[in-house]
Amino acid sequence: MAENQDHEKQYVGFATLPNQVHRKSVKKGFDFTLMVAGESGLGKSTLVNSLFLTDLYKDRKLLNAEERINQTVEIIKHTVDIEEKGVKLKLTIVDTPGFGDAVNNTECWKPITDYIDQQFEQYFRDESGLNRKNIQDNRVHCCLYFISPFGHGLRPVDVEFMKALHEKVNIVPLIAKADCLIPSEIRKLKERIREEIDKFGIKVYQFPECDSDEDEEFKQQDRELKESAPFAVIGSNTVVEAKGQRVRGRLYPWGIVEVENQAHCDFVKLRNMLIRTHMHDLKDVTCDVHYENYRAQCIQQMTSKLTQDNRIESPIPILPLPTPDTETEKLIKMKDEEVSTICACASWMLELESRESLQGCPIEVVLRLPLLCPPVGSWGGGQG
Amino acid sequence: PKKGQSGLGKSTLVNTLFKSQVSRKSSGWNREEKIPKTVEIKAIGHVIEEGGVKMKLTVIDTPGFGDQINNENCWEPIEKYINEQYEKFLKEEVNIARKKRIPDTRVHCCLYFISPTGHSLRPLDLEFMKHLSKVVNIIPVIAKADTMTLEEKTEFKQRVRKELEVNGIEFYPQKEFDEDLEDKTENDKIRQESMPFAVVGSDKEYQVNGKRVLGRKTPWGIIEVENLNHCEFALLRDFVIRTHLQDLKEVTHNIHYETYRAKRLNDNGGLPPMTVETEENHESNL
Repeated sequence: MAENQDHEKQYVGFATLPNQVHRKSVKKGFDFTLMVAGESGLGKSTLVNSLFLTDLYKDRKLLNAEERINQTVEIIKHTVDIEEKGVKLKLTIVDTPGFGDAVNNTECWKPITDYIDQQFEQYFRDESGLNRKNIQDNRVHCCLYFISPFGHGLRPVDVEFMKALHEKVNIVPLIAKADCLIPSEIRKLKERIREEIDKFGIKVYQFPECDSDEDEEFKQQDRELKESAPFAVIGSNTVVEAKGQRVRGRLYPWGIVEVENQAHCDFVKLRNMLIRTHMHDLKDVTCDVHYENYRAQCIQQMTSKLTQDNRIESPIPILPLPTPDTETEKLIKMKDEEVSTICACASWMLELESRESLQGCPIEVVLRLPLLCPPVGSWGGGQG
Repeated sequence: PKKGQSGLGKSTLVNTLFKSQVSRKSSGWNREEKIPKTVEIKAIGHVIEEGGVKMKLTVIDTPGFGDQINNENCWEPIEKYINEQYEKFLKEEVNIARKKRIPDTRVHCCLYFISPTGHSLRPLDLEFMKHLSKVVNIIPVIAKADTMTLEEKTEFKQRVRKELEVNGIEFYPQKEFDEDLEDKTENDKIRQESMPFAVVGSDKEYQVNGKRVLGRKTPWGIIEVENLNHCEFALLRDFVIRTHLQDLKEVTHNIHYETYRAKRLNDNGGLPPMTVETEENHESNL
């Protein structure tokens, strides 16, 4: 008896916390934002469909060359809710059609860096706002960058893109359409790309180190993962019959390429890394590193600006607007005026009420006033 | 000469076409070699022989084409080079003491390598071919065709043909130069069905069904370069070397060169262009 009591005394019960967290997370659902970038025709859409077993691009219209001459880079979001074994995932794919396609691709990555910054800014403002209950996290957690297998390594546009983005988002470089390369070519290309990434100081997403107490098999898998980067991938929207089984693949006159065959390409490694093992780490690094960098830069810019203006204000930012465009500024000014008009009406209302309550004047008139209120300045006339 | 972004297999293909190492593969694996900042023109001459027939083959490579971030006007060095060869020939032709066999450095054929994206031509492809099809015979070729399934290949070729047509790009064999009905029928078939040739190149041999063939060995099978079920390399080779080689030269000489010559004469007021020395001679002969 005493033993049991002792036992119970030692068992507080917080060992169930992981389960509680698990239940709450599953109830809440997960979200993940994945960006894909690279020249058109490298199989990005096909790969995304293969990764998530969906068809996000059913109604896509491909532009022809002439239409693309003056095309600018667009940012297109597709959101899809998928569920697996009771776990919900809200997946957002950010597509960047037009990237690298023009004859002159100078700074073609700017719309993309702007987009990522905007999501950070939005989050920054939400975080600093009064109502923080339902902040929506639209920050980009990972960017799959597709490198052409038809080159001899990184092209200038690849280097510039990655350097512009490596401190804003987790970059996972991929070798696209890898089925046009034989194994020795893939090896050489991977080596070459790794060298160039080092040479140009590009900081791609690093897989975190294994805990030392993991089992040997896991450590071995982790090593293989790291050694395979950049992953050489193949995607497919079609199912073919290979060795009596139906698999996702591509049918050539000389053989069948199976997307999920590890001897054919690194698709499985990518999928496992992205979805099964590292999705959370990608989100963590986005929050703890890239976002914090952005936030620190923002605050620094603002405090340096404030000290320049010789004003001392609290370090909590009010509205860190870098360069609001004129449209937004106009809108803000209009709304400001509306607000002050309504405030003036409200105080007038109160006065009226206190007067009218003694005389029984209809309240409806008072209520209509704010809508009829002309902009501040000409309002002095008053309506009865 | 061959044009197209680096890495599209141009050197390998040319080597395969002429079954000899006539094109030094751009040492992509060499650490020191970088993508050149501007388009370079590298011409290498070889003499090859077959059945007692000697041919002086010059392969002109254009490293750097299309590789930069800003590729505006990157075809200009190439157009300039082609016109320079016409100019050289013209100067020799109008020379009083001209050689019996004028050394011909003119470009007879330009293989333009299209990237096998499977979507359509790239804006750069259109721009290049629009400008250059007026001065040289362009044969568009779909590079690294082993990246497309049969279906994708057929669709892509159709789309490319349509885009070329819509943009008024006349590739070789040009419709307007068909000499007779026989030519037209033969060339029509090539223009509307076979071209652009979807090719794969290789300089390695493998054993397939007891024969040694040129190919690429992948984990899922061996791609045979000369197997028409796999790719159209054999069609390209036969077209360029076995049937139309002479015609390529004739069209260059009778049409492209003549166009250049006429323009130069017009610009010069009907007089042939001359260097300072010969002008003196000419005047003294009047």
